[in-house]
Amino acid sequence: MTEVFLNNKYVGKVTNGKEFVSSLLAQRRGNKLPSSVSMYYNEGVDQVFLETCSGRVIRPLVVIKNGKTLLTEAQVEKLEKGELKWQDLVSQGIIEYLDTNEEESALVALRESDITQDHTHLEISPIDIFGLTSSLVPFGNYNQGVRLTQGSKNQKQAVGFYAANFYSRMDMDVNLLHYPQKPIVTTITNQLLRMDEHPTGQNVVVAIMSYQGYNMQDAIVINKGSIDRGFGRSTYFRPVISEELRYSGGLSDEVGVPDKDVKGYRTEHDYRFLEDDGMIYPEAVVAEGDVIIGKTSPPRFLSSLEEYNLAQTSRRESSMALKHGEHGVVDQVLLTESEEGNKLVQVRLREQRIPEIGDKFTSRHGQKGVISLIVPEADIPFTSGGIKPDILFSPHGIPSRMTVSHLIELLSGKVGALSGRYVDGTTFEGEQEEDLRAELLRMGFRENGTETLYNGITGGQYNAKIYIGNMYYIKLKHMVANKIHSRARGPIQLLTRQPTEGRAKEGGLRLGEMEKDTFVAHGASLLLKERFDSDKTEVPICEGCGLVAIHDARKNSYFCPTCGENVEISNIEMSYAFKLLLDEFKSLTLFPKLKLISQITKKPSTEAGAPAAEQKAGLEE
Amino acid sequence: MMRAELKQFVGTLPMRILEDLDSELPEKISDAKFKKIMSTVAVEYRSSLAEPGECVGLVTAESIGEPGTQMTLNTFHFAGVSEMNVTTGLPRLIEILDGRVEISTKMMEIYLKKPYCDGQDIRQIAERFKETRLKEYIREINIDIAETKMHILLDTEALKERKISAALIGKILAKGLKGFDVKIDKESGLLIKASGDDALGLIYKLKEKIKEVHIDGIKGITQVLPVKRGNEYVIVTAGSNMKEILKSEFVDTKRVTTNSIAEIESIFGIEAAREAIIKEMLKVLKDQGISIDLRHVLLVSDAMTMSGKVLGVSRYGIVKEKPSVLARASFETPIRHVINAAMVGETDSLNSVIENVMINQPVPLGTGLPGLVTKVADKKKSKK
Repeated sequence: MTEVFLNNKYVGKVTNGKEFVSSLLAQRRGNKLPSSVSMYYNEGVDQVFLETCSGRVIRPLVVIKNGKTLLTEAQVEKLEKGELKWQDLVSQGIIEYLDTNEEESALVALRESDITQDHTHLEISPIDIFGLTSSLVPFGNYNQGVRLTQGSKNQKQAVGFYAANFYSRMDMDVNLLHYPQKPIVTTITNQLLRMDEHPTGQNVVVAIMSYQGYNMQDAIVINKGSIDRGFGRSTYFRPVISEELRYSGGLSDEVGVPDKDVKGYRTEHDYRFLEDDGMIYPEAVVAEGDVIIGKTSPPRFLSSLEEYNLAQTSRRESSMALKHGEHGVVDQVLLTESEEGNKLVQVRLREQRIPEIGDKFTSRHGQKGVISLIVPEADIPFTSGGIKPDILFSPHGIPSRMTVSHLIELLSGKVGALSGRYVDGTTFEGEQEEDLRAELLRMGFRENGTETLYNGITGGQYNAKIYIGNMYYIKLKHMVANKIHSRARGPIQLLTRQPTEGRAKEGGLRLGEMEKDTFVAHGASLLLKERFDSDKTEVPICEGCGLVAIHDARKNSYFCPTCGENVEISNIEMSYAFKLLLDEFKSLTLFPKLKLISQITKKPSTEAGAPAAEQKAGLEE
Repeated sequence: MMRAELKQFVGTLPMRILEDLDSELPEKISDAKFKKIMSTVAVEYRSSLAEPGECVGLVTAESIGEPGTQMTLNTFHFAGVSEMNVTTGLPRLIEILDGRVEISTKMMEIYLKKPYCDGQDIRQIAERFKETRLKEYIREINIDIAETKMHILLDTEALKERKISAALIGKILAKGLKGFDVKIDKESGLLIKASGDDALGLIYKLKEKIKEVHIDGIKGITQVLPVKRGNEYVIVTAGSNMKEILKSEFVDTKRVTTNSIAEIESIFGIEAAREAIIKEMLKVLKDQGISIDLRHVLLVSDAMTMSGKVLGVSRYGIVKEKPSVLARASFETPIRHVINAAMVGETDSLNSVIENVMINQPVPLGTGLPGLVTKVADKKKSKK
């Protein structure tokens, strides 16, 4: 007796599990059971598992019977003519879906030529063993597996033409490629995903050669002329959003040009783009600090006195302005309602991004790199036919990575461009390299894809033949404009008085623990102190009790909160963070007593009169 | 004996160098040449010394830490080789530096006296060291529920091989098992009877416990392997018990070693432990093909042993010994250090690096170390 489980729940027993499953299978292939039902007989434990749940991964395979596929040539022809549909094949039991369990009982042939009597199924295409993105890599069968994953990962970060209705969408923080192109070297997945309708890159001429060492270490050298003609240009859309929030007591934010008496009022100049409704107008060219959406908020704390006096005077300014380093053109202003029914203003800023040094590009084979030099078109090497490459790619990127597909794409791209056709580069099933070479030879080129190139600067002929051809290049969303950052002085944190962190806050670059060690190891003691001077303060210390004293700047007098006025007080230089640590000790009811010793007399401070700056602090807890 | 001209340099140059010079310099040498050589040696020697104010500890830490990042984390397995699996690499280095008492793979190298080191009776000696437990001599255990008795059938062949009599096992068990009645049966079997209220429960529990009773050999030595090193035989063991091994008549007590630093410390003292730390560290570093200057290793082992007992480089060891509260608190578990310092009213004299970085004062190292000694003319004038 075989136990039967339906969706992992025990439902009953049958006499023969194997027969039971094969009869069910016949029913599914005869379209009497839904195609999504999976069945699996586990011989080892003598149990039958039936699955009907949603959420299982199922994949289609061609059924093999007695060593022959059920899919006939005639049916394939009909499919091509459109007389037969996929669903027909499924309902006829020619193609069936297996889940992970049922795959255990199947022996799948990768190609039709591999089929033996034992096989139960055939892959629809050998490319099925790849995922969607990794099958986008042309000639992937020539590559190491890792490079396929890397190539497909890169493609996910592409700047492309993501939606045709982008203009009426309020997508934020997106990039849009100008003049996107279909790849000359395509894969079948490209068509299946309809990538031709939303491409991600452009076809360019690539020469594999070095250029004055500027394309070392994965960097690419790019032709200025190509950029001027529009290569790699994109638009970046940046969001500015503001919502009229409601607060307790019937108060709420208000979008509008703030009055001058509002708390935190910026300058009149900052509000110059705002129209009467408090919103910016489209096509305004804005830069850092300009207000995009004017807004005021009610006061944070309502004291009892002010409740009777709810004038505009106490309102806070809470406009949305462009942060440090941001700029752009207002593209679209949208007035709408949020989920809670509040007034919501969304502004979309547009910014044209022309490729610059530091922008990241990649081919489809995990060969990514950043622009290191933009060369004037006149200085770019040229072929005898006058072709100038758009990109100069370093040959050193090839041997260690073994991305043969990169080289083959270059060759087939050349063939495609010269003969005016698209080349099929589907993994396992694409056009053959020999055929492409022969075609290139027929068109009057050297069959290995190399050409004689001439130095753009001197006009001299290069001794080596340069491998040159067409490739599909992709601009990635990592652009320097979003990342570049430097700081000499700038904002500090309120609590520690140390520099803020991160590019958005114009922060400093941390000199960390290990960097500190380098100074110490060199014995550069005073340089070390200087590097950590960012939160340097002078703190008055009472010599009686060793606590921080108070300086009354108006009277220019010092007094100690515990010892009173007639005490000796010395100014000690220390980091503000340490002063904060002392305060935290005090809040823990510890007594961090600073014992001051004069560095000149080496006597404790009870002998008053040592110059303040030359005292050394001792800490007692 | 050293030649006369070199004697004047005693005190300025170390003895090692003077001895080397003595043996390397030709017998007859002109004064001018000798002077030139000596001045060059002096300059070279001085330039290789650590300068005053040089931060040797930190340089040591970085010099060991950086190559440590390149070490393979996995222990190396010598599959099929007649050596045992020993923890090496980073885990072993961490183990040594932490000053751990219980290390993951203890090992001994037992050198033997003549004539045993030439291979005489080597296998028997090795087997004698290996500890055996009762389970290795048992063929069958039967429990008689009705009489709450256990009948152990002994493996006579195993007994013969180790030259152990059934009577000896009976004696060991009788000594070890309190509250049980142990008898030796004639057909080389043991009869153990339990009594009392929960006799049956006791006998069932005993069944598993009794298998692990130590019978013969040296406790802790789980595997033995006679190996030929050069032209003598050495016994390599898994597990370590220095104290017992030293009692053996076959062992060359001057050369027998273990990789357990804690054991060496307890038997031979702190200086031996220091040497062991150096030796073990160098062994790991050599295995990994990492070259670290010997002086870094020496400094670490000195720091670990200078208190008189082996301390690990951790918050329970060396760091705990730091005099500065702030330095300790900045390492790990700051709250505990601050609370303890507050309870006893500790004073931090701010003599070290971390404290001074914290309060933003020059660290007393390198350029921050020297001070200026001068006479202060008038106290009242200087007040300005």
